[in-house]
Amino acid sequence: MDVDGGGMSTDINNININHPLHARSKAIHQFTQQTLPACKPVLTPAWVIGTFFLMGVVFIPVGLISLHASQSVNEIVDRYDIDCVPDTFKSNKIAYIKNASTPKSCHRYLKVDKPMKAPIYIYYQLDNFYQNHRRYVKSRSEDQLLHGLRYNKTSSCEPQAFENGLPIVPCGLVAWSLFNDTYSFSRGTKKLKVERKNIAWKSDRNHKFGTQVYPFNFQNGSFIGGGKLDKTIPLSEQEDLIVWMRTAAFPSFRKLYGRIEEDLEEGDIVVVRLMNNYNTYSFGGTKMLVLSTSSWLGGNNSFLGVAYIFVGSSSILIALIFLLLHVKNPRPYGDTTYLSGNRKDISS
Amino acid sequence: MQLNNHNTHNGPASHNSRLVYINNPQRTNEEYEFTGNKITTSKYTIFSFLPKNLFIQFHRVAYVYFLVIAALNQLPPLAVFGRTVSLFPLLFVLTVTAIKDGYEDWRRHRSDRNENNKESPVFQIGKFRPKRWKDIQVGEVVKVCADEAIPCDMVLLGTSDPSGVAYIQTMNLDGESNLKTRYARQETCFMPFDGDLISGVIRCEQPNRNIYEFTATMEMNAQKMSLSQSNIILRGCQVKNTEWVVGVVVYAGQETKAMLNSAVSPSKRSKLEQQMNKETIWLSVFLFVLCLVVAIGMCLWLIRHEQQIDTLPYYRKSYSIKGKFPGKPYKYYGIPMETFFAFLSSIIVFQIMIPISLYITMELVRLGQSYFMIEDKHMYDSSTNSRFQCRSLNINEDLGQIRYVFSDKTGTLTENKMEFRKASVFGKNYCNSSMVACATQDNAEITEPAKGKNPKSDVIVDPGLMGLLHKEIDGDERIAAHEFFLTLAACNTVIPINNQTNSIETELHQDLDYQGESPDEQALVAAARAYGYILFERTSGHIALDVNGKKLRLDVLGLHEFDSVRKRMSVVIRFPDNNVKVLVKGADTSILTILRKGHDNDNITLATHHHLTEYSSLGLRTLVLAAKDLTNEELEKWQLMYEDATTSLADRSLKLRETALFVESNLRLLGATGIEDKLQEGVPETIECLRQAGVKVWVLTGDKQETAISIALSCKLLTPDMHQIIINGTSESECKTLLPEAKTEILTVDGSVALIIDGNSLVYILERDLESELFELATSCSVVLCCRVAPLQKAGIVDLIKSRTDDMTLAIGDGANDVSMIQMADVGVGICGQEGRQAVMASDFAMGQFRFLRRLLLVHGHWNYQRMGYLVLYNFYRNAVFVFMLFWYILCAAFSTTSALTDWSSVFYSVIYTSLPTIIVGILDKDLSHKTLLKYPKLYEAGHRHESYNSFLFWIMMADTIWQSLVLFCVPRFVYKESTIDIWSMGSLWTVAVVILVNIHLAMDVQRWVVYTHASIWGSVALTFACVVVLDSIPVFPNYGTIYELAKQPTYWLSILLIIVAALLPRFITKSLHRMFWASDIQIAREAEILRKKRLFYGPWKWR
Repeated sequence: MDVDGGGMSTDINNININHPLHARSKAIHQFTQQTLPACKPVLTPAWVIGTFFLMGVVFIPVGLISLHASQSVNEIVDRYDIDCVPDTFKSNKIAYIKNASTPKSCHRYLKVDKPMKAPIYIYYQLDNFYQNHRRYVKSRSEDQLLHGLRYNKTSSCEPQAFENGLPIVPCGLVAWSLFNDTYSFSRGTKKLKVERKNIAWKSDRNHKFGTQVYPFNFQNGSFIGGGKLDKTIPLSEQEDLIVWMRTAAFPSFRKLYGRIEEDLEEGDIVVVRLMNNYNTYSFGGTKMLVLSTSSWLGGNNSFLGVAYIFVGSSSILIALIFLLLHVKNPRPYGDTTYLSGNRKDISS
Repeated sequence: MQLNNHNTHNGPASHNSRLVYINNPQRTNEEYEFTGNKITTSKYTIFSFLPKNLFIQFHRVAYVYFLVIAALNQLPPLAVFGRTVSLFPLLFVLTVTAIKDGYEDWRRHRSDRNENNKESPVFQIGKFRPKRWKDIQVGEVVKVCADEAIPCDMVLLGTSDPSGVAYIQTMNLDGESNLKTRYARQETCFMPFDGDLISGVIRCEQPNRNIYEFTATMEMNAQKMSLSQSNIILRGCQVKNTEWVVGVVVYAGQETKAMLNSAVSPSKRSKLEQQMNKETIWLSVFLFVLCLVVAIGMCLWLIRHEQQIDTLPYYRKSYSIKGKFPGKPYKYYGIPMETFFAFLSSIIVFQIMIPISLYITMELVRLGQSYFMIEDKHMYDSSTNSRFQCRSLNINEDLGQIRYVFSDKTGTLTENKMEFRKASVFGKNYCNSSMVACATQDNAEITEPAKGKNPKSDVIVDPGLMGLLHKEIDGDERIAAHEFFLTLAACNTVIPINNQTNSIETELHQDLDYQGESPDEQALVAAARAYGYILFERTSGHIALDVNGKKLRLDVLGLHEFDSVRKRMSVVIRFPDNNVKVLVKGADTSILTILRKGHDNDNITLATHHHLTEYSSLGLRTLVLAAKDLTNEELEKWQLMYEDATTSLADRSLKLRETALFVESNLRLLGATGIEDKLQEGVPETIECLRQAGVKVWVLTGDKQETAISIALSCKLLTPDMHQIIINGTSESECKTLLPEAKTEILTVDGSVALIIDGNSLVYILERDLESELFELATSCSVVLCCRVAPLQKAGIVDLIKSRTDDMTLAIGDGANDVSMIQMADVGVGICGQEGRQAVMASDFAMGQFRFLRRLLLVHGHWNYQRMGYLVLYNFYRNAVFVFMLFWYILCAAFSTTSALTDWSSVFYSVIYTSLPTIIVGILDKDLSHKTLLKYPKLYEAGHRHESYNSFLFWIMMADTIWQSLVLFCVPRFVYKESTIDIWSMGSLWTVAVVILVNIHLAMDVQRWVVYTHASIWGSVALTFACVVVLDSIPVFPNYGTIYELAKQPTYWLSILLIIVAALLPRFITKSLHRMFWASDIQIAREAEILRKKRLFYGPWKWR
């Protein structure tokens, strides 16, 4: 390519820059001569030290507040996948879980250490379950979830798109492996009410899962992956499915099961009656039940608060070090005698 | 080819020539149809556009890489991205380029159409009738009127001028603005053009691109005559000052010399780009390692889970028993193949590790930088109305790292506007007193009034010489003086142009304007005019002089043009009294050896030689004039030789040279001239400034040693206190001893040393194995001056440095003799001067004045280098940080090349989300103002030290990249540990975080914030948010609604803030430490600059 200025040129030297009519040409002139009004930041010691102090001053309080928020969250975690296997099957858990005739029900007793205020969120937590595996993540069909059987290009759902020669709704591995342990809670003799509605995102319920799409030919194969769906309820109301279909980002994840809308007092014993249906034994995964309150920051995770405090305090420390160094060994600001060409002259 | 044994022409050269029957296009095109006059500069037609454009585009490696990646992605087991998504980057780039090419081609089509549909009168059926250009055929007779463009290459048959002269302007062809004369042969120019009477055959060469040569013969009415360069007018030129011309078409359309010359010179690669390619190889290694880790991980994972993969809910290798393909594996090809596919698909995911888009970005940035160089008003030469030109777009940043400048002298350091200063006539020196004294003499009635537009006319006349000329013609000295000025006026190729229509009658010839190809000749003719020998008319056959009022018509029998072997030119002239004389002028060495030997001549020769040395030590260009009377026998013999030489097609130049050597012998010495070539404005300052900047300036000139040294002294290249080492070897053995001697000499001298070496020695040195010795010697000297060097030697010297060091070389010159040097050097700069445009055509950059070099290197070179170095590093970082972030995630997704980011965001990242700010910063950022850069030339050495881009910076940057990517990955990983976060929310967080992070990273390094920088950086962040919102608002995407949910959570925002601060913390600390305690020159100068500005603004008291 050849960029040629050509012979023609407007004489920009003669522009009277004070004249208002020439404001445009002045701007063009500044642009072409690279003299546009500009801000030229320089990292002076004052700026550097100031910035570090500022960072410390902002970060430490934010960290403290976050830490406080996360510590105000109470949670009860109970791993039940081993304990809920009867002793006779302890050596062969897979046989236990695959055998439809073995009783799957199981009781857990959770002691409340600190009072928990409603709403108390019920999560189930799976470990070592790679919901983010590429084969798994891709094995679904958004169009089918929205349009149901009308949409038949479900090749992305393979190997779980057809069963007995008929299409499956909802298709794909994700839906097929739907989590199907169930929990019910009671305190003393009184059953705790568990709110199971509104656990999925509203946007998912309203726009992503069809209101007229009903499960079809689902979990009809010989190889059952997980939960079954009520054929009479449209997908948009199958909230467990909707929650499950928001595949988790990491192999260890929680999913919302429901909410307890009652406060729990310190010392309460919550009895959980659960159906241990889901097979995590075949791949060495774990299952946990989590009861947790919530704060404005989310769950019981102090990482954010600690990290903020750490970054903030190191900023302050660095600021102090810089201040010390600068006071002990200052370099005159913008002193051109320090240019390498001039230094020689000074020494000689 | 054509007409191997034609009935009349079966000479040896006939198969190599083309036959044109004048005014008989049918017969001309009978045996072999010559190309018509239709031209097509466009590359495509509507139908061929798509395939041809794609074919051309895929010649670039970058696009092939894109294509291979996209093709890989189409394989079912590798489909990492959706089909359309994976094609997007390729399609985007292809479309943009195709639109650009299409638009350019449409413009070419339009101009072709305009050109082809122009009309010119063509001789048809007894009359000149208009015909479209595209229909004109070879052999037709075409008429062109004044100021019209010439439609094809034509041999002149006649012009409105009775003597057959036509003036043409060749600006479009070679850029020279002066008028050139072309002649119709006397035999044809009186032919009537009103009937079918014109007929004849022209035998000419096959079409070629040499616009300075044409060889042909014309046979008409059984008369054979030679045709040369002066008889042809070329397409692209314009007829000027001539009412009309008539010519016969010999080359048409694509075969015209103008069209054959429209080729581009090979492109150069910048050094930074070469180094960058090395680092790109490292990036490929990273890419390979990352892919290998993923592949091995995949392999191990599969081996560990081999028993489970059939039942794993998230893997399920097979179809179900009653499914479509009962029990068959689904996209599972066994562990080795799966490993291999994991490798390939990770290449797809990590593809932007190799920053292919960087090449496109760099091109755009260079385009912008070039725009600012072109627009710089400090590099605009108002005297020639020429702007700076960027002819090559690949090497802008090389300008910031130049170590050696090789400069031509004439026209580059000097103005190449010659002024006649001194004359030595018959052994006597005139005007050797001070020139001011000469000028004060009262000779106003003789001296031409100086005219602004004709700088050659202000000649200062020496009264002594003038007095001599006013004596009666008697005595040797008087005759010599007469012949001296006759030679000045007659022995040249200068054309007098009469601006006043009837000025020949007015006798004054005030409006005579001399146009010629050589400024020296113009100066000499102007000098002759000042002394009363006025050249006022020139045709092909004669010249007319006005000698002190008396008109003198001289027949020019022959002219031997200047060539570089003979180094002289001569004319054979018949005087009105039938005397025939040979007038010669040329370089001293070439003439002093062919003088007549004789007792009194020797004295004159000696005296003249003395004067010559004196002139050249004053820095004047010298020429020696000589003459000889031809006897009748000599004349006859010469005429035979000349006739034979000029009519021959083959070896014409060789034969002409022999003829010339025959007459140019036994000459009578007339005298010598000294012409001053003024230094260009600002040359000493520029050279001093370059020297301070650590740039070595070498001058390579064809001039004599004395001239070269004196010019070097006057432009401060040499200083009187410098020790000069002069090497003038005349044989190989002498050079062999001279070089080591010089080397030992250097060791003994303290202070700077200048090496002066002449072309003769260079012949022995460059062609033998003494090169390395010369290299050692030359590099230890601070100044090198090479005189009497031939064009190829200039290139040889450049190569001497280029091949032995890594240092960047720049060659600057203005003439055709500098072309080889300009092409050899890393950066070639052409001066648009007096000597035509060949140098400019071969150059990478062209400018009007030598002094612009200072600004070009110190200011623009520095800026471009800084910008480009940062741009490359930043782009490496920008892509690598993204890839590493994906990599860490894949490690916790069972090596399954899952990307948390949506396909579109992955693709948009380098194309839309982050591309604009780097381009804007690459074009607009500048670390120091031009004032500071010019004030402290030392700052240029930052480029020599590779401060902006080097391996150390690359590795530091990579370490920083890995840290930043780890922060990017780990902060969300731990913040959302054991939480309900889903993969798309995570991806959304990462998309936004990485875009903000790289933009803030860029913002930290921006040195000059202008409106556009703000707009592009913050605009990109906003655009990314907008894109994420749009992508999350489409229900068929699995990520539907994500950003709306995320933005509600404070955790999301706190995580992003933490990521950015934690990621940039080490970088900021290092940067601040560096600034405060190990500040570089640039940083100090920058502080000083800002301090100065503040002082100006607030007044000095506040900052004292």
